[in-house]
Amino acid sequence: MNPAQKAAAVTLCVIFALMVLATILVPAPYARQFRDIPNAGPSRAHPLGTDALGRDSLSRLLYGTRVSLLLAPAAALLSTLIAAVLGSAAGFLGGSFERIVLAATDISLALPWLFLLLTVRAMLPLDIPPMASVIIAFLMMGLLGWQASVRVICAAARGVRDSDFLLLARSSGCKPIRLLVCHVAPNLRPLFYAQFWISIPLFILTEANLSILGLGVMEPMPSWGNLLRGFEDFSAVAANPWMLVPLILLVIVVMCFQLVLPSPEVIQ
Amino acid sequence: MIRRVCVALTLTLVLCLPPFVGADSASQPGGELHFCLRGEPKTFNPLLVEEDASEAIRYLTGGVLIRLNRQTQALEPSLAVSWKVSPDSRTIKFQLRTGLHFSDGTAFTSEDVAYTMKALMDPQLHSPTGDSFRSGEGQVEIQSPSPDTVAVTFPAPVAGLERLFDQVAILSAHSPKKEMAVLGPFYVADYAPGSSVLLRRNTNYWKKDKDGRPLPYLDSIRLDIQRNRDIEVLRFRRGEIHLINTLDAEYFDRLQKEMPTAAHDEGPGLDSEFMWFNQVPTAPLSEPKKNWFRATEFRRAISMAINRSDLSRVVFGGHAHPAFGPVSPANHFWFNSSLPVPQYDSAGALRLLAQAGFRLQDGTLRDSSGNRVEFTVITNSGNKSREQMTAMIQQDLSQIGIKVNLVTLDFPSLIERITRTYDYEACLLGLVNTDLDPNSQMNVWLSSAENHQWNPKQSKPATTWEAELDGLMHSQASATSDKKRKTDWDRVQQIVAEQQPFIYLVNKDAMSAISPAVVGSAPSVLDPHAFWNADALRLGPDAALGAQK
Repeated sequence: MNPAQKAAAVTLCVIFALMVLATILVPAPYARQFRDIPNAGPSRAHPLGTDALGRDSLSRLLYGTRVSLLLAPAAALLSTLIAAVLGSAAGFLGGSFERIVLAATDISLALPWLFLLLTVRAMLPLDIPPMASVIIAFLMMGLLGWQASVRVICAAARGVRDSDFLLLARSSGCKPIRLLVCHVAPNLRPLFYAQFWISIPLFILTEANLSILGLGVMEPMPSWGNLLRGFEDFSAVAANPWMLVPLILLVIVVMCFQLVLPSPEVIQ
Repeated sequence: MIRRVCVALTLTLVLCLPPFVGADSASQPGGELHFCLRGEPKTFNPLLVEEDASEAIRYLTGGVLIRLNRQTQALEPSLAVSWKVSPDSRTIKFQLRTGLHFSDGTAFTSEDVAYTMKALMDPQLHSPTGDSFRSGEGQVEIQSPSPDTVAVTFPAPVAGLERLFDQVAILSAHSPKKEMAVLGPFYVADYAPGSSVLLRRNTNYWKKDKDGRPLPYLDSIRLDIQRNRDIEVLRFRRGEIHLINTLDAEYFDRLQKEMPTAAHDEGPGLDSEFMWFNQVPTAPLSEPKKNWFRATEFRRAISMAINRSDLSRVVFGGHAHPAFGPVSPANHFWFNSSLPVPQYDSAGALRLLAQAGFRLQDGTLRDSSGNRVEFTVITNSGNKSREQMTAMIQQDLSQIGIKVNLVTLDFPSLIERITRTYDYEACLLGLVNTDLDPNSQMNVWLSSAENHQWNPKQSKPATTWEAELDGLMHSQASATSDKKRKTDWDRVQQIVAEQQPFIYLVNKDAMSAISPAVVGSAPSVLDPHAFWNADALRLGPDAALGAQK
């Protein structure tokens, strides 16, 4: 690990620790409305001030971090798993299976995913609690976010397909499933890691985009996305600069995830 | 040579003199007023107007027979010097002004009124303005016995008939310019799609000021098409535009701090925000929920447990007022002032719920069968104030043990649920009301109406109070005296307050911003708030754009 990676890892650890300890650290429950002091500036009772409904901004930031940072990696894991299975199999087996998988990938890449998410969201039952809606939102992202990774993994698997060690394994009677699981997948592992780490900030930003449209995490539960909705009114931000804290945190976390990504030579 | 020099000097002196000073020494005629439209005008045909941008252009360019004064809320003669409605409210007879001309010079006669009314009522045209005149089956008869007299007879009585003519811009029957020939203070001179609309002074406009000078004072109005409200406010602050017709609360507060004389809050406007429960019998809801939503005590308790004052203060920054019912206090004549002021009383709400068999157990409200009281409120995504209101209602109702979930949906999905599938429990939306007359709400209060949102399109009224509402609405629509109509409409408001089919939350204030450079402005609660008297507006001595330099 180079120094920048170390710094990024430490920063992420600190943020994760704050997130885990949110219950102890927060000055007030994230949904409680102090209606006498909406849009208040930082104070001892509310270190980051309050939002438009008088809710403590620090509490909402810490809980929002918890939601975004726990569920984005989960969605990234799901999408990477789907991409790993489909991409490795397509690249390794080749032929018509590869063509079908790549065609399906191209078609799904061509879909307007935002409208797809909106449609799926509109079709969901309404009487679901906020936490379930959060999980569903990230699940949808995980299920719909695998296409780019499939193409990368498939290309790498194709490169491995004709390698000497696979020829040797094949000639010694190794079955295709075993070849895939024991020989191809381990060789692609660095790529899986890379795709996983790359996907995390992508899903964090996707959730932020959906929430800005009012279609992500539902009130009163906070997430980075709905905290960033305050930026719709940019002139208010100039008057209340502490509103920038969620944005700064988002930028730091996304940067740290990019920096902490191990280089291929380190993994190998 | 000397003569030439003298002429040149005289000309120079004349040009250097201050321009013609009007009645008000602090203002001058001429100049160009700038403001923004929040969307592209879909049409310049005044009969086809259905959105705000086209409506603004119709208001500024169209000549109408009768004009509703936005400040006094009284009807005033415009192209018609007088009018008379028949006792059966089917016929209206106009005496027209004579010697008037359209902007292109074509003469104005009763033929133009007849032509306009025929076009308006043509079913093939699908005119939204014409729809408000359709009271029954049959043809509209138009008689124009002389060039300055016209009588229009409708197949069935039309209540508040004369008020509807405020929306009818008269077209020319003979002008080659068709609908671009107008009788209003301005005409459309140029349109750059996606950019701006330029209106120029109609030199044939009939109106004069009290000193006999022709109106309008302004040379032109430039309407920039600007959808982004942040940018609109920014441009106003920079002095690039002279007015903002409708301001949101958050912008109002900021503007008021910077330019106290430019921000205007005229008090409660006609717009309201409200929520309702789904009472459709065939809705895919569980039976206990259907029973809660049908119970009057339940709806009244919910209404009592919502702190409307907090909604007004926190969400709208004090620029909204708790709503009484379907009519805003801004509607001076039709508002029922005897309605009780909505009070926040969570203890009273619990007592009402107890009467209906609900009980509070360990902080959770349960019905008589032990089911936890929980429901989901849907609203349209992207509307921050509605989401905030729902979040506040969540907290208010949690005080009486009710769990409220909020789901925001894109608008088409929301409309699908509330009008077709009825797959929702409660909904929070708003109503933009531009018409003062109760007739404009027929499509809401009749049980057979599509917009009878809590239980639309009923074949027969589901409840006795809805049957009474039907009777009252029909009665007021066919009554010929305003007094009788007012009595019926007051009773409708009272029933709505008792039954709470719609739980009215707040009436938003009518807010606008007008640069001090504009002279003669008189903001009104009725739309258009800031430019309803555009023909009397002038630019001040510092006519250069600039609220703030």
